[in-house]
Amino acid sequence: MGQIFKNPVALGVIILAGLFILLNTIVIVPETKQGVVVQLGEPKRIVNRYQAGEAFGKTGAGLIAKIPFFEQIVWIDKRIRDVEMEQQQVLSTDQLRLQVDAFARFRITDPLRMYIAAGSEERVSDELRPILGSALRNELGKRPFAALLSPERGQVMDNIQAGLNRVARQYGAEIVDVRIKRADLPDGTPLDSAYQRMRTARDQEARTIRAQGAKQAQIIRAEADASAARTYAESFGKDADFYDFYRAMKSYETTFQGGGPDDPQSSFVLSPDNEYLRQFRGN
Amino acid sequence: MDKNIDGGARRKSILGAILNMAGPWGNNGDNGNDGGNGNGGGPRNPWGNPAGGSPGGGRRGASSLEELFKRGTGGGFRGGIPKRPGGRSWWPLMAIAFIILWVLLTSIHRVSPQERGVVTFLGSYSRTLQPGLHFSLPTPLEQVVKLDVEDIRTIDIPEGESEKLILTGDQNIVDLAYSVRWNIKAPELFLFQIAQPEETIMEVAEAAMRAAVANFTLDDTIGSERSEIEQQVEQNMQQLLDGYGAGVVIRGIAIKKADPPAAVNDAFKEVSAAQQTAQTYLNEARAYAQQLTAQAQGESAAFDKVYEEYRLAPKVTRQRMYYETMERVLSKVDKTVIEARGVTPYLALPELKKRAQQPAITTAEGK
Repeated sequence: MGQIFKNPVALGVIILAGLFILLNTIVIVPETKQGVVVQLGEPKRIVNRYQAGEAFGKTGAGLIAKIPFFEQIVWIDKRIRDVEMEQQQVLSTDQLRLQVDAFARFRITDPLRMYIAAGSEERVSDELRPILGSALRNELGKRPFAALLSPERGQVMDNIQAGLNRVARQYGAEIVDVRIKRADLPDGTPLDSAYQRMRTARDQEARTIRAQGAKQAQIIRAEADASAARTYAESFGKDADFYDFYRAMKSYETTFQGGGPDDPQSSFVLSPDNEYLRQFRGN
Repeated sequence: MDKNIDGGARRKSILGAILNMAGPWGNNGDNGNDGGNGNGGGPRNPWGNPAGGSPGGGRRGASSLEELFKRGTGGGFRGGIPKRPGGRSWWPLMAIAFIILWVLLTSIHRVSPQERGVVTFLGSYSRTLQPGLHFSLPTPLEQVVKLDVEDIRTIDIPEGESEKLILTGDQNIVDLAYSVRWNIKAPELFLFQIAQPEETIMEVAEAAMRAAVANFTLDDTIGSERSEIEQQVEQNMQQLLDGYGAGVVIRGIAIKKADPPAAVNDAFKEVSAAQQTAQTYLNEARAYAQQLTAQAQGESAAFDKVYEEYRLAPKVTRQRMYYETMERVLSKVDKTVIEARGVTPYLALPELKKRAQQPAITTAEGK
């Protein structure tokens, strides 16, 4: 033995080998991962399995020991992951189309089942994606278009989540949440006709506003006319006879006076019997 | 310098050769050989101290690598690390220095005022460090991840200038651009709960915005209800993210743009044009009303004044007004007085008309 410790190469090799074995025995489990310990292909136990409501620091994360070389650890994400769905076209009961973009969030709650059934988190996502799509189509297809705009209001999202959860459980996953990210009209005719409808609605609004304005204006004018008539009547009604005379005088003045340059002058042929010429006659 | 050699000194000769640092080390080793056991067979470094009596002295010029190779294959290991006085290796000292440095570097943490440090002990969450100077166990045992919790981050949706069309509750389409401001509330949750926190926040924002806008009409979205929508989205997002345990707090939603889509923008402009037109109508009508009322009041006031005077002396006033008016009227017009009775007047109306036109022309020319 003393010989070995004298030999630096041998010593180095021993130290390295020891370190190697140590590293293969002791494993640090981080908070973000759960592990399936696999012995020669056979899953043996689970470390740091997700438990609802556990506080960080009190989880299974930390140092664990395993049999070196014979046991391997398959790491599985403990965090919430998401499934991005491709856009789905949903046909509502009233035959309108809607392009829906949704996402689901899931967490692996049974790493062993997930390891056996899917192998990796990505596979779980891949498996859940089409199911999310079909659950969405089925559930939304039962409803009229107007209800699709805010599916959160009803049972829709719960049903989708429940449907998806049934499948997810087979992969050891649990659906945390399903949300509709976007709900758009498909490009082409549906979108164009929506635009057309919006345009005509605005046109209608514009015309209504104009007509209302014209109506209001008319009423204002009429009220002004009425009020003027009232004012005149109140004043002139005091002596209708005098008003007749007074107004006649004014009228003659404006009518016969010929104010402007293009106003042809009037010619008068007066009879001597005219009231104006009463004194002129000299009797 | 008295160099000694023992078995341990050889241990690094191979390593030295690999690192091509063997020159000086090898040199020292040789010197050790020369001064020490004088084992012989070892090559001499060309720039080494010329120690007489060395059997390998004639081999100057050989490359150090070659020498080392020979040394390795030849009569046993040579060379190695320089020795401390006292005959022990420098290695332990260097190792200790390295370890001290390592411990110092990885166990003292300065957490800035805007940061929090999340400590994991062998992977397991241990504690969160508040701002200030902190100590932890060195790195393989404890690890510290520092996160900026005060920095308010902004996510813009949509990114860039593209249109983001959202269906409103009345099945219209609105082009919306908004930003989400958030920061980290619980750093340990932020690190451990969600696989892609930023992406999650963005998706949740989109979902919440879509859900909120679907509860409002287009007019409300464009106009008065913006702040209401912002509030709903903020609440909804916070609720969802808390449900995930994301450790994130939403500071606010800001709708930067809520416009009708470009394709129908003209029709919307038409509406505001119509509003202007309607306003114009009203203004004109009001102006007319003002004018008419004022005129009526003025005229009736004038009549009232005259009438008051007239009542005092009706006959005289009436006569006076009559003559005055006639004077004004008749003084400026052509007058023909036919006095003889029984004469039927010949009215040369075209002549009259012509005469009537002439002054009009002259006045026009006179101007």
